[in-house]
Amino acid sequence: MKIDEKKIIDNAVNQDYKYGFVTDIEQEKIAPGLDESVVRFISKKKGEPKWLLEYRLKAFSHWKTLTEPDWALVSYPEIDFQSISYYAAPKPKEKLSSLDEVDPEILETYNKLGIPLDEQKMLANVAVDAVFDSVSIATTFKKDLAKAGVIFCSFSEAVKDYPELVKQYLGSVVPYTDNFYAALNAVVFSDGSFVYIPKNTRCPMELSTYFRINAANTGQFERTLIIADEGSHVSYLEGCTAPMRDENQLHAAVVELITLDNAEIKYSTVQNWYPGDKNGKGGIYNFVTKRGACRGVNSKISWTQVETGSAVTWKYPSCILQGDRSVGEFYSVAVTNNMQQADTGTKMIHIGKNTKSTIISKGISAGKGQQTYRGEVKIMKNAENSRNFSQCDSILIGDQCGAHTFPYIDVRNSTSQMEHEATTSNIGEDQLFYCNSRGISTEDAVSMIVNGFCKEVFKELPMEFAVEAQKLMEVTLEGSVG
Amino acid sequence: MLEIKNLHVSVEGKEILKGVNLSIKPGELHVIMGPNGAGKSTLANVLAGREKFEVVKGELEFNKTSLIDMLPEHRAGEGMFLSFQYPIGIPGVNNMYFLKAAINSIRKYRGKDELDAVTFLKMIREKLKIVKLDDSFIHRPVNEGFSGGEKKRNEILQMISLEPTLCILDETDSGLDIDALRIVAEGINNYRNNDRAFILITHYQRMLNYMEPDFIHVLIDGKIVKSGPKELAQKLEEKGYSWI
Repeated sequence: MKIDEKKIIDNAVNQDYKYGFVTDIEQEKIAPGLDESVVRFISKKKGEPKWLLEYRLKAFSHWKTLTEPDWALVSYPEIDFQSISYYAAPKPKEKLSSLDEVDPEILETYNKLGIPLDEQKMLANVAVDAVFDSVSIATTFKKDLAKAGVIFCSFSEAVKDYPELVKQYLGSVVPYTDNFYAALNAVVFSDGSFVYIPKNTRCPMELSTYFRINAANTGQFERTLIIADEGSHVSYLEGCTAPMRDENQLHAAVVELITLDNAEIKYSTVQNWYPGDKNGKGGIYNFVTKRGACRGVNSKISWTQVETGSAVTWKYPSCILQGDRSVGEFYSVAVTNNMQQADTGTKMIHIGKNTKSTIISKGISAGKGQQTYRGEVKIMKNAENSRNFSQCDSILIGDQCGAHTFPYIDVRNSTSQMEHEATTSNIGEDQLFYCNSRGISTEDAVSMIVNGFCKEVFKELPMEFAVEAQKLMEVTLEGSVG
Repeated sequence: MLEIKNLHVSVEGKEILKGVNLSIKPGELHVIMGPNGAGKSTLANVLAGREKFEVVKGELEFNKTSLIDMLPEHRAGEGMFLSFQYPIGIPGVNNMYFLKAAINSIRKYRGKDELDAVTFLKMIREKLKIVKLDDSFIHRPVNEGFSGGEKKRNEILQMISLEPTLCILDETDSGLDIDALRIVAEGINNYRNNDRAFILITHYQRMLNYMEPDFIHVLIDGKIVKSGPKELAQKLEEKGYSWI
């Protein structure tokens, strides 16, 4: 290794996670542990109606019968669920009517993260719901959205203001019986975002939720519910960061999407939770259940994810294609560097006729990162003339990382078509030398090659976030070639 | 401008070059011929700075600066260019983006401003005409799905865009049909001037029908065993290397 290269690598490896600061703020947090009294406490704290408390308690008794899933290709020490605090909120936590009432420390936190909540300074045409630890802090552009009839608010507000919608759809795509973490989320979820797009409405701006874990020893369990009524359209983006802490923190979210006839939801994620240090100390356990149901005919759900953070990721954004001619898409770029592990992919369940799904998964492993693509395509008997196209490509940087692919394919009729392509490649010494010999540095060459590799996915992201994602990839992969 | 003295080079512990001496002045065109495995490509790669080609002994100077510890991207900045025998593909990265990154990296190294998109595009369109490729070519991924001839013409396109002072062409003529060969040769000829030198590595005399080399060197078993004028190439073609 040449001296210059070594220096670049050393600098990069020692570079801090940019979002790792802690906001010093007074907060209310309950003691670690989970029992019925904690569930009742959370529900009471949020002033919830009886039906929701009952829902939580039912989920709790079910959760107690479950064990953690162990089929994913990840390893981490056993989690002690009694050592986690299940509720943390900044004080004062009275209902806020305007941003002026938000603690300036918190506003400053979001400014530092590059997400100004002050509407004058906001990204044009993006409405943001900011979730700080367990509670939603602020939702911007509410009035503009209300004019279009769009509901975009925190989950807690939705429970109070739109209980019928919440009651009808909560748990209808991801029931609490679905899996261990979905059940846990149903028991203790504290907040999240709620979106309803009325009939024949195109949401006038991008919607975005920005999640921030701040408190120590807490889990974050948010819940997102998006309903696109007939003929409507919405594009939604979530971003996430957390402070650097030596202990691991659990993030177990649930996202449910519903599209009715001819509706479309485009859901994009840029996940940048703290990944732990280069020796694998600390970092977020990102155990998330995301699923969309295309209930209506000709409806569409599209997931795009750029996963660069977290110590361990366990995540499979999926589509249930119930309506005839409905379309499901999954575009994913996942990066694992240093000691990061990710087991991620999707499920496409074809139920309606002439349904169509596309899976494009790009995995990048560097350092000692381990990455698994796990995807299921199931075409049911009545889903005649359905089609799936899957492409799973992995790129390896260095010789200590791993890439694994587990496609599960189940086609139950003879009129459907399914295609699966998979490749694994290295960033070759010959590619790097070719770039070097044209004056391009190794760092620039790696990011050029990786960006080329991820292009099909990045082009699915909203413009300003595609640029963000590229930058994020550069930071994540800096110094990964030696 | 290029001084090679008693150069010994190993690849994975095996000595390939065993004492090469070569001196090149601005404006000259040197041709290196020799049988397979003689070390021709090794010489090209070690000049460009490929890491696995290790200089074990000798000197390597370009414009009076030692190349031995210089990174390949800095050598490019200093004015060296290697046209690869087998240019590698880079999926998803379009040719235009690649060229622009290369040109601007080198301009930056040379202390010049980066080119803006409009100036760049105008410049590239002119260069494309020289190598007789149409505009759509630059929107394709680098060397992906290119024919053999397109790959070599793309190398020449890069060469004339990066403005090097020493061009090393590693078997640029192999795999070309007559027309492509003429295009490449003309590209090189038009690019010759008093400040720019060329090293042409080839197996065949045929490319030399189109150009006027100053020296022919014969490389056998890691050493230059014979040097001479253009006629030497013809003699080699007729009699083979055993003649030496």
